[in-house]
Amino acid sequence: MAKPVCVVTELRAGNFRRVSFEVASEGKRLAEALGCGLVAVAAGAGAGEKAPELGQYGVEKVYVADDAALESYLPEAYVPVVAGILEQCDPAAVILPASVDGKDLAARLAARLNTTLAQDCTETSFEDGKIKVRRPVFAGKCFAWCEWSEGALPLFSCRPNVMDCNIPLPDQRAEVESVAVSLPDLRSRVANVELDVSGKVELTEAEIIVSGGRGMKGPENYSMLEELAGLLGAAVGASRAAVDAGWRPHSDQVGQTGKVVTPNLYIAVGISGAIQHLAGMGSSKFIVAVNKDPDAPIFGKADYGVVEDLFNFVPAFTEEVRTLKSSC
Amino acid sequence: MNIVVLLKQTPDTESVIRIAGDGKSIVTDDLKWIINPYDEFAVEAALRLKEQHKGTATIVSYGPQRVVESIRTALAMGADKGVLIDDEALQASDVLGVSKALAAAVKELEPDIVLCGHRAVDYDEGQRGAMVAELLGWPHLPLAVALECDGSKAVVDRPVEGGKVSMEADLPAVVTMGGSHAVWSPRYASLPGIMKSKKKPLDVKKLSDLGLDEGECGAEGARLTITALEMPKERAAGRIIEGDDASAKAKELVRALHEEAKVV
Repeated sequence: MAKPVCVVTELRAGNFRRVSFEVASEGKRLAEALGCGLVAVAAGAGAGEKAPELGQYGVEKVYVADDAALESYLPEAYVPVVAGILEQCDPAAVILPASVDGKDLAARLAARLNTTLAQDCTETSFEDGKIKVRRPVFAGKCFAWCEWSEGALPLFSCRPNVMDCNIPLPDQRAEVESVAVSLPDLRSRVANVELDVSGKVELTEAEIIVSGGRGMKGPENYSMLEELAGLLGAAVGASRAAVDAGWRPHSDQVGQTGKVVTPNLYIAVGISGAIQHLAGMGSSKFIVAVNKDPDAPIFGKADYGVVEDLFNFVPAFTEEVRTLKSSC
Repeated sequence: MNIVVLLKQTPDTESVIRIAGDGKSIVTDDLKWIINPYDEFAVEAALRLKEQHKGTATIVSYGPQRVVESIRTALAMGADKGVLIDDEALQASDVLGVSKALAAAVKELEPDIVLCGHRAVDYDEGQRGAMVAELLGWPHLPLAVALECDGSKAVVDRPVEGGKVSMEADLPAVVTMGGSHAVWSPRYASLPGIMKSKKKPLDVKKLSDLGLDEGECGAEGARLTITALEMPKERAAGRIIEGDDASAKAKELVRALHEEAKVV
C-alpha cells in the first residue's frame, strides 16, 4: 500500500474554513501525481460532524480528533494529537494551510517529526520522483524552489487564496475514523477568544481589497473606503504609514511587516508604493493605483493607474460601482 | 527573572535582492544588515520584563562575525550579555538545524522565558520560535501583540483571522512576537548605552561547545534545501486611465475592471 498524502484541515465552530478545501484540493493533485491515496486530519470541537464533506474534494478518509479541549488552537495540545495521527497514517507528505494557526502548528509539528517545514508555499510539483515546492522569500521579492533530503518527511503549508479549490463532487463522502484524544498535562491554555461576527472580510482571504495610505490624511476619511468596500464585498487594508499614524489597526496593515495578501483586485488609494508595501500586495492579480502624484512608485506596479485627487476620484468611482452593481 | 532573546540578523527591508551566481542564494556584499524587526520587538519586550521583574536579558544569535554588531545594538538598548553561535557548519543548515543549536544554547542559560520574533523578514519561515519550544519541551505562545508576565506565567494577545485570542502559559515558556513598530515602539540605544555595550560580555561558541556536531546542524542534517531562487514574474506594463475629470476616469476604470479584467 503506497503511503497516502495527508492534509491537516482547519475548523472554526465545527465548520471547515475555506483553506481546508484548498489544501484538500492541492493534496488531491499531489496524490494523483504520486499515485497514492488522500487522507485528512480534522482536529477540533465538533470536528466529526462535517468531516465526511471532505470527500467532495477527493479525501478518502478523515481521522477525526473531536474533543472540547481542542475547541481553540493551542500549540501544546494540537501538536501531540496531530503528530499521533500522522504516526498512525504514515504519510508520504503532509500539507497544512498557511493560515495564522496553520503556520504555527506546522512549524512545531515539523520539530516534533524531526523534519523541516516549507512555509507558505504558492506552488507544488512532482518531478524526478521528488516533491518540490515554491515559496516566497524576502517578502516575495524572490521565490525559492525547495526540496527535502532523502528520508525526510515532506511537510509544507500552502498560502491561502492561491491554490485552486477543486469543484466539489456533492455525492462523494469520506470515511471517518474517530481517534481517541489523550492530552498530556498542559502548561498553557486559551484564556479568551474574541471573534468578529460582523461578517467583515478577512484581509488575507479577501478577493478584493481597498487599501488606504498616507494620502487619506486622517482616520475619518476611511469611511469613504469602507463604503466602496461594502459595495464590492471587499476588505479594507492600510499601509504602514496609516497604521503608524494610528489611523487604522495593525491587523489591517499590508506589507513586509504586515500581511501579505493575494486578492484578485487590489485598489491602492493614496499609497505611494514603498518597496515594503509592494512586497505585501505584489502578487495581487490586478492592481489599481489612485494617487495625485504621477511619479508615485506604485504606478510602476499597477495595471490601471489613476492620477487624480483621491477625494474627488473615490466618491465618483463608488457611484460608478453602485450603478454597475444595480444593473447586474 | 532570567530572560533570553533569540535574535537574527537580516538584510534591511529596503534592500533590493539579487540572486547570486549559484542560482540559489542571494548577493550579500552590498547589503545593509539589521536586527530582524520582529526580534527587535522581542528585545524591547525583554527589556520591559527586566524593568518590571529585575534580572538579566541575554541575546542569543547565530551567524558570522558581522552579527556581533546586531548583538551589540541589542546590548546598547539595555540587554546584559550576548551569545553568538559562530560555526561555519551552520551556514549550510536549515531552520531545524539552527533551532537545535539555539535550543542547546538556551538550555545552558536556564532562562524563565524565551522571546523571539515570530518570523524573520529574510526567509519568512516562521519556524524558529515554535521549533525551539518543541525541542525544549516547553509551551509556546505565538504571534503576540501584547505580553504580560507576572513572573510565573505569561499571557499574550494574538491576532487570528477575524479576531483575537488570548493565550497563557506557565513559565518557562517561549513567546514569539508579532505586531509592528507602532505596537512595540522598540527603544533607541542611548549614547551611554552604546558606550556600556562595548564592555558587556559576548561569548562566541562553536557547535562542539554546545555538544552538537555538523551531522545534526550542518549540511548533512538539513532536511530542506533551496535548489533554486527565481525573481517574480514581471507584471505586464499597466496603463494610466485617461479622462477629462474624476468622473470620466471613474467610468472608464469601472468599465475596464468589468469588461477587461473581469474582477468586478
